[in-house]
Amino acid sequence: MIEGTDLWLFIAALGVGTFALRFVFLGLIGDRPLPEWLLRHLRYTAVALIPALVAPLVVWPAASGGALDAPRLIAALVTLAIGYVTRNVILAIAGGALTLFAGLALMG
Amino acid sequence: MSRQTTKSLYWQGVRDGAPFVLVVVPFSLLFGVVGTEAGLNLSEVMGFSVLVIAGAAQFTAVQLLSDGAPALVALVSALAVNLRMAMYSASLTPYLGAAPLWQRALAAYFMVDQSYTVSFVAYEMHPRWSVPERIAYYFGVVTPICPLWYLFTLIGALVGDTIPEAFALDFALPITFLAMIGPMLRTPAHVAAALAAVTVALLAAGLPYNLGLLVAGLAGMMTGAQIELLLKRRKAGHHP
Repeated sequence: MIEGTDLWLFIAALGVGTFALRFVFLGLIGDRPLPEWLLRHLRYTAVALIPALVAPLVVWPAASGGALDAPRLIAALVTLAIGYVTRNVILAIAGGALTLFAGLALMG
Repeated sequence: MSRQTTKSLYWQGVRDGAPFVLVVVPFSLLFGVVGTEAGLNLSEVMGFSVLVIAGAAQFTAVQLLSDGAPALVALVSALAVNLRMAMYSASLTPYLGAAPLWQRALAAYFMVDQSYTVSFVAYEMHPRWSVPERIAYYFGVVTPICPLWYLFTLIGALVGDTIPEAFALDFALPITFLAMIGPMLRTPAHVAAALAAVTVALLAAGLPYNLGLLVAGLAGMMTGAQIELLLKRRKAGHHP
């Protein structure tokens, strides 16, 4: 983990970069249309990156030293299922957390 | 007269943004807690929420940094999560592009999933709103959302240290991300993008500098785009 000035530089760079992404069309480019192939790829950034980020955290959780852990795996699947069926993020978080607590209490 | 409608549209925006308080409060609370657990101090946690003001990117950055990923990889990954903001920016431009620069800059800073979605739907439904009316509505939507983002990050950071280990906070972040994935899986192309990204992420986990995430993200994006094209062509073939 970086610290101190380096961390502040990181936070500032992420802030500036994020603002640039938000401002680029609205502020600078105007309403010139984007090429369709680019838009088609941009549509899938979040739905690709977030599952890619979370998959290793579920399969090799840090808390169990990287070994597959039943309570965490089951909680992950329940969270995903509730989110998919209800389309409600908060309900999915609550359901996943309760499943995890129940699993940890039962299986240790 | 015109000032009156601008004012009432501001309040309509506030009412339309209000339900999202239920999303923003727990999410920002969790960022405060997770950031503190990862070793950030109070001002650093608040720095993220005020300067970046984008939950998924903040969680991504904190996760990768606490994994020991190089800062550049963490930065590129978090910005990649935020690429959708460029899409939002492009699609709001026809409606807000004629507003004064300072208003567009402020609107850009407050551009989050909720303010974009709610405003875009309203602009499509009310094509006759003037630019000042659209701006008033936009900042109305932002009013109940963004200040609470800061406030509950602060509360989360203040209570973070006092939460006992039994609550398994190590898994709070995966659960939050997993909960966000379900509602994103709107079409077969989105599902394919997510599956491809997960597969590549697990296969490429051994790559140095956490580069596996970026490779997997690209693979997922390309898969989603290709499946979308394929389905579109097939549909066109069935209905000539």
